[in-house]
Amino acid sequence: MYTTDLSGKNAKKPEAAAAEDPVLLATFEARVANDEFIEPKDWMPEAYRRTLVRQISQHAHSEIVGMLPEGNWITRAPNLRRKAILLAKVQDEGGHGLYLYSAAETLGASREEMIDALHSGKAKYSTIFNYPTLTWADIGAIGWLVDGAAIMNQVPLQRTSYGPYARAMVRICKEESFHQRQGYELMMAMMAGTPEQKRMGQDAMNRWWHPSLMMFGPPDDKSPNTEQSIRWRIKRETNDELRQKFVDVTVPQAEAIGLSVPDPNLKWNDARGHYDFGALDWEEFYAVVRGEGAVAKERMTARVKAWEDGAWVREAARAYAEKRAAAKVAAE
Amino acid sequence: MSDAKDWPLWEVFVRAKGGLSHRHAGSVHAADAKMALEHARDTYTRRMEGVSLWVVPSAQITASDPADAGPLFEPAEDKIYRHPTFYSIPSHIKHI
Ligand SMILES: [Fe+2]
Ligand SMILES: [Fe+2]
Repeated sequence: MYTTDLSGKNAKKPEAAAAEDPVLLATFEARVANDEFIEPKDWMPEAYRRTLVRQISQHAHSEIVGMLPEGNWITRAPNLRRKAILLAKVQDEGGHGLYLYSAAETLGASREEMIDALHSGKAKYSTIFNYPTLTWADIGAIGWLVDGAAIMNQVPLQRTSYGPYARAMVRICKEESFHQRQGYELMMAMMAGTPEQKRMGQDAMNRWWHPSLMMFGPPDDKSPNTEQSIRWRIKRETNDELRQKFVDVTVPQAEAIGLSVPDPNLKWNDARGHYDFGALDWEEFYAVVRGEGAVAKERMTARVKAWEDGAWVREAARAYAEKRAAAKVAAE
Repeated sequence: MSDAKDWPLWEVFVRAKGGLSHRHAGSVHAADAKMALEHARDTYTRRMEGVSLWVVPSAQITASDPADAGPLFEPAEDKIYRHPTFYSIPSHIKHI
């Protein structure tokens, strides 16, 4: 997922459309309204391009940073099967980041600019990754809840108006399903285990439930860009709609394995045909967006270190390629 | 777009299985062609999505301009006689 527009609060108002050719703009709006795809070289309003670059790169950053909380447990996985699974999942997340960076590059953003923006703190990523992974059960909770929330968010984006983004989402959604299932299976194992394992499972549930619900972003009335994004088909359902869907499908999954949902206000509402649930702590959410999450510093330090430690490899590979290209020219 | 420090961009095409054409999958950055193939494998074929890969420097692709799509494809527009459905054949005539 991780597609919530986190900079919405300070985002500039879209520039007056008058600056753009009204005929082109009308044609564009009509195509999008008609559920046609916009492709990289097609004319598009500047605000559409800008919003997409921000949303897609934010999403890519989340996939990349998302490798850290789980990568942290690879060496401590309890057996080889779990280790191989976790390794494959983390590698997938790296792949997701790459699909998305490529999609953003088709809009004219360079890879380097995007990575710089992440490392300098200018670009945001999903708040969920600024929470620590304290026990092995957290790996189950992340796969099941965090990837589950991601799927809920991403499935509608397979029909988003921008072609390269939609195609990346199709690929990602196919892979996410394994992520969620392995997480739930891990939780099932914990909940069928010793009292100590069950306690760990419940503790992970208690810590990850609310942050997972916040992954869908602020409530609709506090989400200023929603209307335009929905019209442009770069968002297809509102934050609150998606959050409700997630609660509705996830609560029975928790109950089925003996996990209780840490919300005293959670109750099935027959009239609505949905679960009612308690208010979320949005002050905490905004604090995490501002970079005050428990491990926000640690995450960025790890990212920047990996990038800087790899610099000599990137430079050497480039120098080697240039040398070989020159030798080839000389030989011809 | 300053590509000054990024490795060059390559477009990746994957043949899903024998008998099918290579199909565009996405792109990767790589210093050279060999590395582009390796990155393409790791990025686009982690689940046996392919039996063959092509990588092409993105800068080498010449693309038509969508803004000119109208005039570019116009010549085909009025030639409906190129389609079999243009011809009406009595229904008792078989195998045609
Ligand atoms: Fe992912
Ligand atoms: Fe995932």
